[in-house]
Amino acid sequence: MAEILEKKLKDQDFSDTGALLQVKRLHVWFELRRFGFGHAGYVRAVDDVSFELKAGQAIAVVGESGCGKTSLMKTILGLNTPIKGDIIFDGMKLSELDRKGMMEYRSKIGFVQQDPYGALPPFMSIRSILDEPLIINGVKDPKERNERIRQVMEEVRLSPVDDFIEKFPHMLSGGQQQRVVIARAMILEPKLIVADEPVSMLDASVRVEILKLLENLQKSHNLAVIYITHDLSTVRYFSERIFVMYAGKVAEKAVVDEILNNPLHPYTEALLTATSEPDAANARIYKEVPPGEPPSLVNPPTGCNYHPRCPKIIEGLCDLEDPPEFEPVPNHLTLCWLHKDA
Amino acid sequence: MAENNSSLLDVHDLKLHFRASAGIVQAVDGVNFQLNRNEAVVVLGESGCGKTSLAKALLRLLPRNVAEYSGEVYLGGEELMGLTDEEYRKQIRWVRMSMVPQAAMNALNPVLRVGDQVAEPMMIHAGIKKEEALAQARDMFSRVGVSADFLHRYAFELSGGMRQRVAIAMSLVTLPDLVVLDEPTSALDVLTQANIFNLLKRIKKEFEVSFILITHDIATSSELADRVAVMYAGQIVEVGDAESFFSAPLHPYAQKLMASVPRLRGDQELEFIIGKPPSLIDLPTGCRFAARCPRRFEKCDQDPPVFDMGNRRIVKCWLYEGN
Repeated sequence: MAEILEKKLKDQDFSDTGALLQVKRLHVWFELRRFGFGHAGYVRAVDDVSFELKAGQAIAVVGESGCGKTSLMKTILGLNTPIKGDIIFDGMKLSELDRKGMMEYRSKIGFVQQDPYGALPPFMSIRSILDEPLIINGVKDPKERNERIRQVMEEVRLSPVDDFIEKFPHMLSGGQQQRVVIARAMILEPKLIVADEPVSMLDASVRVEILKLLENLQKSHNLAVIYITHDLSTVRYFSERIFVMYAGKVAEKAVVDEILNNPLHPYTEALLTATSEPDAANARIYKEVPPGEPPSLVNPPTGCNYHPRCPKIIEGLCDLEDPPEFEPVPNHLTLCWLHKDA
Repeated sequence: MAENNSSLLDVHDLKLHFRASAGIVQAVDGVNFQLNRNEAVVVLGESGCGKTSLAKALLRLLPRNVAEYSGEVYLGGEELMGLTDEEYRKQIRWVRMSMVPQAAMNALNPVLRVGDQVAEPMMIHAGIKKEEALAQARDMFSRVGVSADFLHRYAFELSGGMRQRVAIAMSLVTLPDLVVLDEPTSALDVLTQANIFNLLKRIKKEFEVSFILITHDIATSSELADRVAVMYAGQIVEVGDAESFFSAPLHPYAQKLMASVPRLRGDQELEFIIGKPPSLIDLPTGCRFAARCPRRFEKCDQDPPVFDMGNRRIVKCWLYEGN
């Protein structure tokens, strides 16, 4: 009894906010081994990341390849095990789930992959692709399954349904394939959708269609969405907050307009400068972006992990000490020493 | 058109068709455009519009199932289509015209040191010795911002951005007049992408080279474009200078495409194009965009000719008849 009470008390630090998803001081480190055994260090893919997400909220995680955004997403989906920290989703604590609990946990989170063609099994028809999650999660009545499949296909506008339901993925265009992926993510009526670069493989004209579809689904189902992308220009079309990730850490967090108009972290500034808009004047200027590449996640630099590229480095501070989270503007957080006096 | 002495490349009615089991794929179907020296033209198009085939047709890198390869291509006044494959290889490809292939990061040979790969074209085409070629490769490496230590590395030891720089170095070592860049940055991160475009701008000035940039990314294409050509279903439907194109495209397809580009700031509603492009095997007889066009009228059942709008601006759309 005392144990349960103690556990409950412990849980309270997490469950006082009514958030749907709580990520608490998450560390996802992958162990490197020498010759298959013997410890040789860690890849610090996600290094102390915390945030909360309420039902119906959409956030965007923005960063370059290798910044840890996919590792973060996979951990939320329960595919990676964190070495420290925890995730609480809809009252379930990820670290304490057994097999059955894990099934329930996963059934409440939908996943939209980046490459729709790679994400769909080529030998399964659209019907069987959408049927499978229902069967696994114990919807026994074929009639009910059929109804649900048709309903979700209408929702992602794969209609008329009969034209698509017996087709195989290769018979569909890229945009239609991505709709199937979204339908599959939606079919168990999840509370959270994790979308990993859902439009980066699509053509410009189709991209907007899919973004709008996701936005409509989010609103009509009051879905929480984690939208992972490297493209800052698409985020404002459907998320409220942006998390900018760099080398395993969230460098800056704020609502979209704040990030776009008042970036606080030099890395965010660089990202904004580097993002092009179609304008003929671009061809006449050189962009001021820092050279170099993100650091190794095995041996991250001491201090701020952006300092080797940062044009605003404070010598003797940024290169030595890890910046804590500063909040120079209410609800606008950044890991940057420049704002230490704010 | 070819009499303009600053003109570098003139392409007339270029066709490249492939045989496939379902029929003839008309990937490049009567393409016309012209490019001046030290100018960069962007060929914009969505996947499957034939833009990579256009690059292959220009460099004569053809697969075996070619059904038709015809038209006229003038490079600096010299007709290229009449050359035999051997003449083309010796005189044109990688001598006067080179290419940075799509996904250049995977286009490097994994078992050769990158320095050797950059030196190789000079040894083959200029006939110089390996030591000298390597010295020039070293020089070229420094110009594209790769440390000379990397000469002796293999492709897998380099990051994506570095491999892209090596591929650019490889395309420049023989000092060609024209470099075709096929989606040079689409696999790269935003900051790396911006750095590569800075490099390309510098190279264009320094080497006085012309670029054909093939891409689907409208926003980043403006980083390099002097002129823009829009490709749809195997044909070029609009060509114009970057200034006029990005401020006011003419062809309804180009207008729709511009309206689909997400912007960092500003509040305009994004649009998308309903439907999908026609199959290159079974093309409609009239305007190829008509089925998706919001401004379609009776005349669109006939194939529109190319209308000259003046100021080197052309558009293939009936709306501009008589202008």
